[in-house]
Amino acid sequence: MLETRRDIFQAIADPTRRAILTLIALQAMTPNAIAEHFDSSRQAVSKHIQILIECKLVDQELTGREIYYHLNPQKMKEVADWLEPFRELWEGRYRKLDKLLANLKNKK
Amino acid sequence: MMENPTKFIVEPNKQEVFIIREFDYPREMVFKAHEDPELLVQWLGPDNRKVKIDYYDSRTGGSYRYLICNQAGKEVAAFNGVIHEVTFPERIMQTFEYEGLPERGHVTLDTILFEDLPGKRCKVTIHSVFRSLSDRDGMMQSGVETGVNEGYVKLEKLLALMGSIA
Repeated sequence: MLETRRDIFQAIADPTRRAILTLIALQAMTPNAIAEHFDSSRQAVSKHIQILIECKLVDQELTGREIYYHLNPQKMKEVADWLEPFRELWEGRYRKLDKLLANLKNKK
Repeated sequence: MMENPTKFIVEPNKQEVFIIREFDYPREMVFKAHEDPELLVQWLGPDNRKVKIDYYDSRTGGSYRYLICNQAGKEVAAFNGVIHEVTFPERIMQTFEYEGLPERGHVTLDTILFEDLPGKRCKVTIHSVFRSLSDRDGMMQSGVETGVNEGYVKLEKLLALMGSIA
């Protein structure tokens, strides 16, 4: 089998993993609480969580006897930063287009 | 007035990008601003850059080429494509190619849809389809369209990051 490379983009490529990230973005959760949100087996969900941990998108914390998983916002920001040049370009363009449209409307 | 937000749909492992934006102006007007080269040059360029049209034949079967110049007038990037369809006021389909790549062939097919919204507003959806995933991800990161190299710095950071995770 091919060895899978673990990177953040691979981590967020899977819809279940994205759903897990969305869940724990709201609050830290135990593995059982996370698994309850999915139809797949606990083992399958646990494997997804492991991948997210390996990619450092998720941190684990031991509170009492329970493990809690929470989102690593710094790592998520790196995913968002990736899009920044493209986002800035289009937002800047559309800001100009708004102005141009306002001018065209006033001329009428 | 509040600025309308721009929505980006860039899903992992897909060779496409959606850019969605609403405008507080009628669809016909917004369409014109996308079709008329004299209007296009006024908004297509990034800040501190000027757009210079080499040629722009805005009709079904037409083609275009434009340059991005810095304030001194020096060309920093060039783009070209063919125009597959111009259907007023609802749809423009065209190809798009950045000329600064080491080889040709990295072209996108862009469909721009203009939809009417109530209150003389409209919604513009750009759907870009890339030939490969690396073409798409490269374009997202490169910032080539801005004619600056900031994007490459971010790409290097990203690669370093990916290297440390692998």
